[in-house]
Amino acid sequence: MAFNYDKYLRLEKMPTLWCWGCGDGVILKAFVRAVEKMGIPQDDICVVSGIGCSGRFSSYVDFNTVHTTHGRTVAYATGIKLACPTKHVICVAGDGDALAIGGNHTIHGCRRNIDITMIIINNFIYGLTNSQTSPTTPKGMWTVSQKSGNIDPTFDTCDLAIAAGASFVARESMLDPKKLEKIFIKAMEHKGFACLDILSNCHINLGRKNKMVSAMDNLKWIESITAPKKKYDAMTPEEQLNILPTGILKQDTEADEYCDMYAEVIKFHQGKRKAITQDDFAKKI
Amino acid sequence: MATREVISTGNELSAMAAVDAGCMFFGGYPLTPSSEVMHEISDLLPKVGGVAIQMEDEIGGICAVIGAAMTGVRALTATSGPGMSLKAENLGLAQMAEVPLVCVNVMRGGPSTGLPTRVSQGDILQSKNPSHGDYKSITLCAGSLAECYTETVRAFNLADRFMQPVIVLLDETIGHMHGKADLPTAEDVKAGIVPRKRFDGAPEDYFPYECEPDQPAVLNPMFEGYRYHFTGLHHDRKGFPTEEIETCRKLIQRLEDKVELHKDELESYEEFMMDDAEIMIIAYGSVSLAAKESIRHLRKEGIKAGLFRPITIWPSPAEKIKEHTDKIEKVLVVELNIGQYHSEIQRAAARLDIEGLFKVNGRPISPYEIVNKVKEL
Repeated sequence: MAFNYDKYLRLEKMPTLWCWGCGDGVILKAFVRAVEKMGIPQDDICVVSGIGCSGRFSSYVDFNTVHTTHGRTVAYATGIKLACPTKHVICVAGDGDALAIGGNHTIHGCRRNIDITMIIINNFIYGLTNSQTSPTTPKGMWTVSQKSGNIDPTFDTCDLAIAAGASFVARESMLDPKKLEKIFIKAMEHKGFACLDILSNCHINLGRKNKMVSAMDNLKWIESITAPKKKYDAMTPEEQLNILPTGILKQDTEADEYCDMYAEVIKFHQGKRKAITQDDFAKKI
Repeated sequence: MATREVISTGNELSAMAAVDAGCMFFGGYPLTPSSEVMHEISDLLPKVGGVAIQMEDEIGGICAVIGAAMTGVRALTATSGPGMSLKAENLGLAQMAEVPLVCVNVMRGGPSTGLPTRVSQGDILQSKNPSHGDYKSITLCAGSLAECYTETVRAFNLADRFMQPVIVLLDETIGHMHGKADLPTAEDVKAGIVPRKRFDGAPEDYFPYECEPDQPAVLNPMFEGYRYHFTGLHHDRKGFPTEEIETCRKLIQRLEDKVELHKDELESYEEFMMDDAEIMIIAYGSVSLAAKESIRHLRKEGIKAGLFRPITIWPSPAEKIKEHTDKIEKVLVVELNIGQYHSEIQRAAARLDIEGLFKVNGRPISPYEIVNKVKEL
């Protein structure tokens, strides 16, 4: 039987403002299926989105939803999670939102390892505002703010998240909705900051001027720049140069989660334990 | 009402007040001269099971506070001028989405990095409109150690009544002043807490932003079965983005009217030796302490001066000011900026001959400077 999305969608908000063929809808549906499979009540989930096409994600799904200012999803989510540590808090942000204007909050969310799932919908461009360069726009591609071709180096979202201390880091693309669903479940089941780099298409504002005028052209390009981690690991450095590995790239189940650690702070101040010292941590520096 | 004597600083009293008023969340970033608020509350909150977090920047501080406040808890941030500038955009979201919170601003010299460790009252106009767009700020200004406590408590109750950020202005002098304060007991403060309104009907009947044109939104705590949407965009009765002409107009008009039409609930000022005053000094914050001292000197010399001290700075007590300025010819505004509130007094009084004594070098104004200025009038 086909999955019935009605329960989780705000049907009166349909159709979405996303363009025909946009990957955001595929990602949204995979997320909803993941929630259904996990059996989390809608009331126990908060979806926090930022600004951009991905920012509208929150208004289409029937959970507790927050549409924040540009780049600030993780900061808002941090307040929500610390105030209600037993609830599920999900950030949805675009590549510009999460890595440019909101880069600081993203890296510090990773560093604190607070139990938030961050879905970065990475379409390699500022889509909503018409084709400006984002931190993941490949070098040499046309953007409206760099018509001679982008010269800005790119962030590797997953490398960044791993270096910043996120305990769960993964990449998938909207090419495989089943894998997306699975990765969302694994990320939400993981206790700690889960950073997901979800590659998506924007044939309208990235593809149009970069020889990927249809959604299919754009998706084929995404396919050509990705490889499952196992396959990626077997490649030579030269082969790896222009490939992004997919799958789970880091999962550390031992890392201290921030809300748990704050519970220890509360214990100290309530006289229920001694002060936290360096001896409490395996990794001290 | 019973009182208690506490020896502390203005910043620490402000933190203490927040916790006594039921605050359960603090998010902030170190910023001189406000940091002691964070230092104090990071000890006090975990004691009562609350959370204080030092965020990665000022923006993170206000965003975390708004997030926590959306879940239904009382939340505080504290900063100084540069931090206010950084928080401005998200204070705007809290105005638009009607999320109550308290923001303490311990004023230092500006603009920019300015004079980090020295006193100023340069954020008066900023506190009226920190963010872009139309809305009506509520700003309170403490003029004594005790008021650092009582005004912070009042700010929390007003935030929940009007469903918006309330700014509490301290200045470096008051914030770092150390001394004795007579405070209401914590029990009395707790008994005086007026919690946010909430909707108890069926979730399908709940429209958080559908309210009378002069009333704030009714926002139930998150995770309690009333799923709705927060956004900084113009929004409809359920919180969803809209560009419908009438809905947009009504929303922004309501943000103005919910405060403007209920100014009487906000008004607060002190009149000191005003009964027979022939000269009116207007001052607020730490400057009012020097002004009171100067009035005592002037009175000894037979000069009948009095003080009008606004405590609620925005919206200003304009009617009360006009009542005085219609009767009293000589009016002197004393402040640590180049006439930021002076322009408001001119507007309220509808007079252009309001005198000013201004100082912007990071030093306090002494009573003698005020005495000398009054004698020149």
